[in-house]
Amino acid sequence: MTATHSLSLLRHADGRTVEQLTALSLLDLHHHVSQFLFKEARLQDTHAYDDWEALWTDDATYWVPANGHDTDPELQMSILYDNRSRIGIRVKQLKTGRRHTQTPRSELARTISNIELVSVADHELDVIANAVIFEDNMRGETIWAARNEYRLRLVDGAFKLVRKKVGLVNNHKPIFTLSFLV
Amino acid sequence: MSQTTSQTDYSALIEPTRVHSRLYYDPDIFQEELEKIWYRTWVYVGHTSEIPNKNDYVTKSIGPMPILMVRDREGEIRLLLNKCPHRGNQLCAYQKGNRTTFTCPYHSWTFNTNGDLMGYALPEGYEGTDKKGLGLGKVPRIAVYRGFIFGSMAHEGPTIEEHLGGAKASLDQLLDNSPTGELDLTVGFLQHRTKANWKFMVENETDGYHPGFVHSSIFQVAQSGIANLYGSDSTALTRDFGNGHTEFDLRPEWRKLDTPLGWFGTTADRLPAYVKAMNESYGADRARQIMIDGTPHIMIFPNLFIAEIQLFVIQPISVDESIQHVTALQFKGGEDINRRLRQQTMGSVGPAGFLLADDTEMYERNHRGSKIRDPEWLVLTRGLHRERLDENGYRIAHSTDETTQRGIWRHYLKLMTEAQP
Ligand code: FES
Ligand SMILES: [Fe+2]
Repeated sequence: MTATHSLSLLRHADGRTVEQLTALSLLDLHHHVSQFLFKEARLQDTHAYDDWEALWTDDATYWVPANGHDTDPELQMSILYDNRSRIGIRVKQLKTGRRHTQTPRSELARTISNIELVSVADHELDVIANAVIFEDNMRGETIWAARNEYRLRLVDGAFKLVRKKVGLVNNHKPIFTLSFLV
Repeated sequence: MSQTTSQTDYSALIEPTRVHSRLYYDPDIFQEELEKIWYRTWVYVGHTSEIPNKNDYVTKSIGPMPILMVRDREGEIRLLLNKCPHRGNQLCAYQKGNRTTFTCPYHSWTFNTNGDLMGYALPEGYEGTDKKGLGLGKVPRIAVYRGFIFGSMAHEGPTIEEHLGGAKASLDQLLDNSPTGELDLTVGFLQHRTKANWKFMVENETDGYHPGFVHSSIFQVAQSGIANLYGSDSTALTRDFGNGHTEFDLRPEWRKLDTPLGWFGTTADRLPAYVKAMNESYGADRARQIMIDGTPHIMIFPNLFIAEIQLFVIQPISVDESIQHVTALQFKGGEDINRRLRQQTMGSVGPAGFLLADDTEMYERNHRGSKIRDPEWLVLTRGLHRERLDENGYRIAHSTDETTQRGIWRHYLKLMTEAQP
C-alpha cells in the first residue's frame, strides 16, 4: 500500500489521476464505483456525518420517493427530497445531539450489491445498486431494502455524489421513522 | 351492533387533572374504543379533491378498517367497506383508481360504484336469490363539510355541525387562506408507522409544552422563531372547543407581527401570484387580515389534525400501533405558495421529517413508558390556575398549558361511559 496515494483518487495503472471516466476500462470503472459506494455506506453506517456531507456536489439532490418509484418530486410528496442546503441542515440537526430519534443513534450495517453501471460520460456516470440495511434502535430491529440510483461526478480526480435516489421497496406502505442517513 | 358491557370503570381511570397509564396499553380498552369512538363518532375519511371525477376511488380507513372512498357514477360520494359480501374477500387491492365496477377476484361477484351487487359468475346457481341485500357494506352516515368528508358507523348521532361545533370556524379559517376557498389534496400522503397508542398523537398535536425541547435541534439549526410561540412570553393560546377538539390559536402572535405571510415565515413579495389572487378574491383589506392570521393548528377529534401547512390523519391499528398519514395543504389557485408548502412539508414531517421523526420518537417512548408500573397516574395540571373562558365560552390558556389534553380526556370519558343508542 502506498501511503502517499489517497485511495479516493481514481488513477491509471501508471499512477496518473484520471481526467476522463471514458478513459478507464469498464472493469476498472466498476471497481472505483464500487469502492465509492462502499465508502458512502460505511460513512452512513458509522454516522460519520461531516465526511458523508463532503461527498456531495453543490448541485446535489438526495431523494427518497414515496408511493412508487416514478413520482415527480417537484409535484408530489416524497419521504425525503433534499437539495444541497437541506442536506446541510439534516447533518447539522444530527450533530446537535438533540435529534432525539438519533439519540442514541441507530446501530447500522448495510450491504450494497448488484452494482450495475448504467451509462458513462466523460465526467459523470449513472449507476444502480441494491441496498439492504439492518437497523437496531430503541424501538427494535428493522430491515430496509432499496433499489438505489446514483449519479457520480469526477471532480479533481475523485467521485462526488450528484444525485442519489433511494427507492425503498415498500415506499407505498407505512414505514417506521427513517432518521439515519439512508 | 351488539351492546358491549364494559369491564372497565373509566371514571376510575380518568380524573379531571390526571389519567391512568392503562388507558394507553390495555388491549381491551382499545377494543372498546373501536366500538365507542372509531365505529361510532364522526371520523375524517378524506377530501373531495381526492376523487374529482365520477368512478374515482381511493382506499381510506375508519380506525383499522379499510374503506373505499368512491365518487359513484352519479357523482355521489360513497364510503364502502372493502369486503366482498360473498366470502369476505378483500375486494379492492389498489390504493386508488377510476373504475365503473369492482369485481371480486375470488368468485367474480361484481359491484357497481355505489356498492350494489350487479351480478355473479355462473348465476344459475343462485336461482331464487335476491341480489338486493348482497351489496357491499356501507358507512351509514356520510357528511361533507366544505370538501372534508367524514363518516360515522352509527346510524344515528349528532350532525356533523353539532360534532364540529366551534372547530368549524377553524376549518373556515383554513379555507379562507385559499384564493378559491378550496383545497386540492392530491400530492400524495406519507405514511408514518408508529409503535404507540393513537392517543399519544392526538394529545401531542396541541401540546405546546414540548416544541421548545423536542424540536430544539431543528429550531437551532434552521434559526426558526417557532420556539417563541411556545415560550413563557408567548401570547398564543391553547383552546378547548369541547367534543374533544382542541387548537393552538397563534393569531395573537401573528397580529403582533402584523406582516402578511409572517405565519409562513415569508413575506408578500416572495409569493406575488398568491398575494395577487388573494387580493382579487377577498379585497385587499380582508386578504391582508387573512394572510396575517394564517392557517389554524387544530386537532379535530379523533383523527384530523391540521398543522398550519399539513393535514394529518391519525389511524389506530392496534393498542400499540398507529399510522400517521400526512400530506401538504394545497390551495386551489395558489401555485407559488403550494410549491413552498410542499417543500416545507417534505422537510418537516413524515418518517424522515425534521420535526415529526422526533415527535414520533417521543410517542414510542411514551408508549413504552406507559407500561412501567410506578407512577401509574400521569399528570395534566399544567396551567389550571390560568385557565379561563374566551368570549365564546371555550376554555383557553397559555400556549404551553394542558387545557387541550384535559379537554380531550373530558370528551373521551363521555364517549366511553355514555349510554349507546
Ligand atoms: S369472496 Fe368475493 S366472490 Fe366469493
Ligand atoms: Fe411536535
